[in-house]
Amino acid sequence: MLDQLATNGHLIAHGMDWTIKEGFVYPNEFIYWSIQIVLYPYMTGLVAGAFVLSSLYHVFGQQDLKDMARFSLVFSLALLPVAMMPLLMHLQQPLRGMEVLFTPHFTSAISAFGIVFTTYAIIVLSEIWFVYRTHFVEQARALKGKAGIANSFMRGLFIVLSLGAWDLGEAAVAKDKKAIKILAGIGIPVACFLHGYAGFIFGSVKANALWMSPLMPVIFIMSAVVSGIALCMLVYIIIMEWKKFTTTLAKGRGDESVQLIKGAELDLILKTSRYLIGFLIAAITLELLDLIFRGYTAMKSWDILRSVMYGKDFFNIFVLQYGFGNLIPFILLILPRLTIRRTALALVLILFGVFMMRWNVVIGGQAFSLSFDGYMHYVMPIIPHNIETFKEGLGGALLVGITPFVLFWLINKVTPSLRFNS
Amino acid sequence: MKCSRRSFLKKGLGSAVAASLPLSSFKFLSPAEARAAVGDPAVRWGFLVNTYKCVGCGMCVKACKKENGVPYDLPITRTWVERYVITSDGEDHIDSPAGGRDGYTSPKIEGKDIPAEEITKAFFVPKLCNQCANPACVQVCPVGATFQTEDGVVLIDRTWCIGCGYCIMACPYGVRFFHPVYKVADKCTFCYHRITKGMKSACVQACPFGARQIGNLKDPDDPVTKAILTERVAVLKDEYGTKPQVFYIGLDENVR
Repeated sequence: MLDQLATNGHLIAHGMDWTIKEGFVYPNEFIYWSIQIVLYPYMTGLVAGAFVLSSLYHVFGQQDLKDMARFSLVFSLALLPVAMMPLLMHLQQPLRGMEVLFTPHFTSAISAFGIVFTTYAIIVLSEIWFVYRTHFVEQARALKGKAGIANSFMRGLFIVLSLGAWDLGEAAVAKDKKAIKILAGIGIPVACFLHGYAGFIFGSVKANALWMSPLMPVIFIMSAVVSGIALCMLVYIIIMEWKKFTTTLAKGRGDESVQLIKGAELDLILKTSRYLIGFLIAAITLELLDLIFRGYTAMKSWDILRSVMYGKDFFNIFVLQYGFGNLIPFILLILPRLTIRRTALALVLILFGVFMMRWNVVIGGQAFSLSFDGYMHYVMPIIPHNIETFKEGLGGALLVGITPFVLFWLINKVTPSLRFNS
Repeated sequence: MKCSRRSFLKKGLGSAVAASLPLSSFKFLSPAEARAAVGDPAVRWGFLVNTYKCVGCGMCVKACKKENGVPYDLPITRTWVERYVITSDGEDHIDSPAGGRDGYTSPKIEGKDIPAEEITKAFFVPKLCNQCANPACVQVCPVGATFQTEDGVVLIDRTWCIGCGYCIMACPYGVRFFHPVYKVADKCTFCYHRITKGMKSACVQACPFGARQIGNLKDPDDPVTKAILTERVAVLKDEYGTKPQVFYIGLDENVR
């Protein structure tokens, strides 16, 4: 029966659809880890970054981040399931994904995922509950007696969400604040661990000449912080621009409050961009150190690595990642008289650069054969013709990219995080 | 009965945890089943490939695909044969079309003809899972679906593998792939279902020239053990520290 299926063309080996081989490649080698595994570390990086930013306000009391803190906390909740989504989409047996939690095999780096991820999810959820408990109670009380199915449904939802903790006394609210601070404090190292170990997953694969490096987890954490700060800054700029726009409409361009917003926005962006530059320098330094070390020691794998990095993937690595993703935004940020518009451009480029770094690690690591005598090219499926080419192609990537915003829109209905004007 | 919210939540959580543990996850094995599950500790399966004897007929690949239900016309395969042609300029030319399944009947390699007088040496190298003593694939499996038996063979539980592909990435020899029907990782098992019943692996039985042999490395009288102890043998890619248990006679430095 197997033969029949194969000759009838129903069967296809995983990876055949998007792998082009060149030279001598072992028969079983394909690009097994494709776009979804590129997105996985990218998304976890953004989650970690968003959470760390909200913690800056809750733990260290950065008052100017107050508006951002609520937003980035709720946004990191929206990003959270999306960090897991690429992994599930990539599994050949997605329904067995829960086994990682039930029978973790602790010599595997992936097995830690269940524990770290669950811990992190619990922290984020409980922190949000403490932040929004007052809101839940107030809403439940306000909706009492109002007619309509929607109102009674929302009231029921808020009653459930309050978990019966109705006390809005001063002591109770103070307790909430304390709990938030503690949770945010614990969350920072957990968020960093969540991402650092994503780097370990790659760095510990001794069979892969490009991945195998003890620097990999550190490189991943640095670039995660870079991408997380960049995303939050970008969203902050968008929100502040919106706020400025609405204030201008309401009060006129020359109004004092418009100038006030402008000043505050630029001030915060300037402050945060200094951290961003610092982390960017650290990330680039580590990546270059890794590259130089490989070239200098010139182990057996160096010949093929060099031909991939300086030849086949030159454009992806040196033009797109280091050039557009690192060098140009770096220059944009350090040039004097930084403006909001210039910063926004630099942030978009940085986010793109981190994405290309993930791409060049994951896809680049499979660009050469284990035989060191052949190459593989990943051709991302654009128009899917079966479920595999959807999941491991543009369709799956877009699905993962859009989901956090849909989730955020939904979650925001219950825990509003975008009320800045009040 | 007084039930505070705190105690209600506590008890509720406890019941939820208890309810989420399905009874079916606990299974009692009979002693015979348990012994079969871990393998015979008096045996350590090992493999010997004599590359001088291999002619590249591809019988082993054919036999393996049929015996183990690996789709015949797909490029994936549990065992394969590589052809090496070294020319006088020191260049190596390597190929393995369809894993060498149909035999090397044409002198064309990589699509080109190499004049016979330029060839300094040429040979075939059969490849299969090395059933490493320190298997990287077992180490990285997040759910323990791939495991090593007492008699040294690395197996995959098809009912438990989640198909993440980490083991495929971790194997330095490229012996693993996704089975297109079962949608789980797959690889050579030395034909565990045969060798544990006293038969030979399918490829060993199919080889007309005795280039492939399987034996018990714990038995000093086994012909395979004797050959490994007395002859000059080598393993593939020992630099990864995986301690492969497939030994080769006549391995060349050009072999990848």
